Amino acid sequence: MQQEQSFAIKGTRDGLLIALNANEDWNTVLTSLAAHIDQRLNFFAGARIIVDLGERPVPRHDLSSLKALLERRDLHLWAVLSESQTTNEASNALDLRTSVGSLVPGRGETDQLASNTAEETGTNGVLIRRTLRSGRTVHSMGHVVVIGDVNPGAEIVAVGDVIVWGRLRGNVHAGANGDESAVVCALDMTPTQLRIAGYIVTSPADKRRKPRPEVAVVRNNQIIVEAWT
Amino acid sequence: MGAKVITITSGKGGVGKTTATANLGVALARMNKRVTVIDADIGLRNLDVVMGLENRIVYDLVDVVEGRCKLRQAMIKHKLFNDLYLIPAAQTRDKTAVSPADMIQLVDKLRPEMDFILIDSPAGIERGFRNAVAPADEVLIVTNPEVSAVRDADRIIGLLEAENKGPGKLILNRMKSDMVRKGEMLSAEDVTDILAIKLIGIVPEDEGVVPASNSGIPVTLNENSRAGQAFRDIARRLNGEDVPLVSTGDNGSFLQRLARLFSGSDAR
Repeated sequence: MQQEQSFAIKGTRDGLLIALNANEDWNTVLTSLAAHIDQRLNFFAGARIIVDLGERPVPRHDLSSLKALLERRDLHLWAVLSESQTTNEASNALDLRTSVGSLVPGRGETDQLASNTAEETGTNGVLIRRTLRSGRTVHSMGHVVVIGDVNPGAEIVAVGDVIVWGRLRGNVHAGANGDESAVVCALDMTPTQLRIAGYIVTSPADKRRKPRPEVAVVRNNQIIVEAWT
Repeated sequence: MGAKVITITSGKGGVGKTTATANLGVALARMNKRVTVIDADIGLRNLDVVMGLENRIVYDLVDVVEGRCKLRQAMIKHKLFNDLYLIPAAQTRDKTAVSPADMIQLVDKLRPEMDFILIDSPAGIERGFRNAVAPADEVLIVTNPEVSAVRDADRIIGLLEAENKGPGKLILNRMKSDMVRKGEMLSAEDVTDILAIKLIGIVPEDEGVVPASNSGIPVTLNENSRAGQAFRDIARRLNGEDVPLVSTGDNGSFLQRLARLFSGSDAR
């Protein structure tokens, strides 16, 4: 668990938030972060990343090596939150955002991050109260609840369950760390592709079906979709 | 008061952004509005061609931004309308020659003198798109009734929402109602069902559009063209008039309508 002193990861509405310890040696932090990601490439792949660097001043070349480290692993560094002027200038130079709608740098958020892993509680999650349009991705270490539609081209990857109060037409992966008890529910279930843990199904092509609430679960080594009652 | 700035975009290429911009510009000018259309597709300009002004270009958008000429000098007056101007894109540069801040500044200079400023966005979601959208008060998203175009439109709407420019209004272009009837093409309802934004007009497929664009005389100047009529209706809606939307955008040919009228099957 020494990793949690170097960094903490949390799913947010805007992407995965990685908070790096501001006191530990920069290279040590990067090494352990890289090792952590490499073990879970499946989960992280394609994710949008927000890095919170706290008070640490990070010069441009260091920031750019962090960016490269993430990009080599197919992660997209989107924003860098920092309380340091140096870091913010470096972020601007690299054309990275320095603020994110829902998040503010520091503000004690990071303290509770360490405890946010899905194994401990079943109640962590992200709530999205609008339609996820094409190109939008949500990665969460917990559950994902969407109040709205998930359009084709949008993607949800959750370590826990995925619940869509609307039409599910994009890609969804529940139990992304291998939890076969994860479920996916939707008011209208026609995902482009639905995965639970290591299983995968696509929606049947019958067009004029009547929408009804359904739930997808893994049973007898396959994904079964049944009425959600 | 100042002008209303409207950006026409789509995500996918070839769905009719430039055609829509040219036609809406002309249609608004016909309503005696003062209009400037701006081609933001730097490096791949063609709004000037569609509007028949290609041979009059001396200065372009990048010349204005880089201070090589005054704004007025880059504004090309249309042949038929005294209050319709085009600011052409540069052909020899690329999208990075202009920034979103440049576009806002340029458009702000124009606002007091115009009623409408239309900006023709390039395809894609990169710098060119951001340049085109930055100064917009309102965004029109052009799509065709095809799954791939609708998918890209959806992506664009998401990006607009993130920039607080959304959700925008939809122009459904190149609708073929006979194919919709046969179930071979997405209907307007199928499209709005996914995109969930307001439809501002449905433009039917019209063979007159291509020759009109080639000759630099936008189709909306042709009183008999159905696509032209659709663009005139959209222009009136942009002007705040309440023009009812004909749901399929197509009543069939005159003879078909007549036949339906006699057979009594046409409720309209």
